[in-house]
Amino acid sequence: MPVNLLDEAEIRSESRDYHWTLNFGPQHPATHTTLRLVLELEGETILRATPDIGYLHSGFEKLGEHLNLNQYVTVVDRKNYISPPMNEVAWHNAVEKLLGIEITPRCSYIRVIIGELARISDHLLCAGASALDLGAFTAFLYAFNTRELIYDIYEEMSGYRFHPGYTRVGGVMFDFTDRVIGRIEKLLATLPKVFADMEKLLFRNKIFLERMRGIGTLSKADAISFCASGPIARASGVTYDLRKDEPYLSYADFRFDVPYATEGDCYARFQVRMEEMVQSSLILRQAIDKLPSGPVNVPLAEKFPLPDKGTAYGSMEGLIQHFELIMPNRGFETPKNETYAAVEGPNGELGYYLVCDGTQVAWRTRTRPPSFIHFQLFPHLIRNHMIADVVAVLGSLNIIAAELDR
Amino acid sequence: MFDSAVKIPADVLNGLRKRLGEGVFSVSVHLDNLRLHVPASRLMQVLTELRDGFGYHLTELGGVDYLGYPGRSPERPRFEVHYALLNYDTAKRLVVKVGVSDPDPTVPSVVGLWAGADWMEREVFDMYGIVFDGHPDLRRILMPEEFRSFPLRKDYPLRGRGERHNFQRLTREDS
Repeated sequence: MPVNLLDEAEIRSESRDYHWTLNFGPQHPATHTTLRLVLELEGETILRATPDIGYLHSGFEKLGEHLNLNQYVTVVDRKNYISPPMNEVAWHNAVEKLLGIEITPRCSYIRVIIGELARISDHLLCAGASALDLGAFTAFLYAFNTRELIYDIYEEMSGYRFHPGYTRVGGVMFDFTDRVIGRIEKLLATLPKVFADMEKLLFRNKIFLERMRGIGTLSKADAISFCASGPIARASGVTYDLRKDEPYLSYADFRFDVPYATEGDCYARFQVRMEEMVQSSLILRQAIDKLPSGPVNVPLAEKFPLPDKGTAYGSMEGLIQHFELIMPNRGFETPKNETYAAVEGPNGELGYYLVCDGTQVAWRTRTRPPSFIHFQLFPHLIRNHMIADVVAVLGSLNIIAAELDR
Repeated sequence: MFDSAVKIPADVLNGLRKRLGEGVFSVSVHLDNLRLHVPASRLMQVLTELRDGFGYHLTELGGVDYLGYPGRSPERPRFEVHYALLNYDTAKRLVVKVGVSDPDPTVPSVVGLWAGADWMEREVFDMYGIVFDGHPDLRRILMPEEFRSFPLRKDYPLRGRGERHNFQRLTREDS
């Protein structure tokens, strides 16, 4: 694909004789996934960066117009595959908002728990990988090792390690068992030590600090203008957090702080992520302690949840409802309306603009993908930096190409 | 849970009506979502006013194709572009919607108001063929440059129109 790097005046000017053009990606270890940058260099200084994306475009939004509201959760998982449960929570949050379903308190707590697990998992990867790209290999291994414990929890609660597909319209697939709680307790016991280890390895690592501090600085005004959200905006002084400012699910029940910084550089973003993990583990602790008992799905009478196997096989009503929901020409009704609903994803505001046309298949499932919106910042952040800073800035933006291209 | 009265900023609506005059936008509400429907000609005026006068900032921009949407009158425009706005101080949201139709689907670009609209407008152009007038660099972003259709339009089939089969194959001999 031809990319126009220079405008006409620059192409004609003689002074660009010594500018180099460097192709970075689409397959490069430091891009982590498939994305391409065309860098225009003067010596080792980057004059301009032009991202070229779309290599992983797989039509997820088109697919959403052909799968029903429960089936689409499997596709949603594959957008930000570093934190799949958060995508599920965001998706079914939008669906339930459109349908006007109020989920049960237990379900709301369970969704908070899986969302916070996803946030920790995402931040561990991001913090670890940005250290890895700058040569600090050990911290990455500590982080990645801990993510295994989180995958174990996913496996225990849903049967799948990577893409749980756990939420359903009006509830979740299975209720939490004691073994799930046990695994989360195990994770919570491990986390403080992991955070301490990572802090010891990185917060006084001179190479790491010098390559992060003052690199890729984003001002508060630019953060708002570029629609930045989540840890990236909070590292620039935009203290907005949907969990705090527009409490959804049961976030109003928990005590936690919203970490922020004002420097706006790569190190600030890294610090915000590290501190958010600590806060997430506090939320997890409170959610486990206060986890309400009771049903996990909305009542069967509301016609949204699939009855469990026992009810479907054991009672006539259960069988009828199972049949009604599964047959493609039946199912529940949706309003002919639309809504925008967002949650605080690990990377920022993760929203869905959902349009329904009365059937169970959505008319339009527009995702607000934080990676896509944050990647726009890259040319802005990298200008007049060195080539070596590309990986620092990329790592701190946490671009997930599957979500970037969808 | 969905207390719409809490979420709807009546002062903003009244203030906007006062500054722009009556009849510039119509309002619709679904649960806690507030939508302003604006004609394309007044879009910039409304968005500029919302940004400068009321502190609303863009968080999301996307398009919807309503071709064949059940119960929609044929007079209404086929495409709608939505701008989800957020006020960081009051935590209130609203959605501005603008409709365009096929012979000339053109909407003014808001890149001048929010730099973040750049790629989102490119994506809407890529997927729906809606042209954003005044966009600095309106190219395809996700689909390849030589792609001719607009894949998220409702008249574009899920499995494509054979584009994949017609990809040029490079073999070892002729490369």
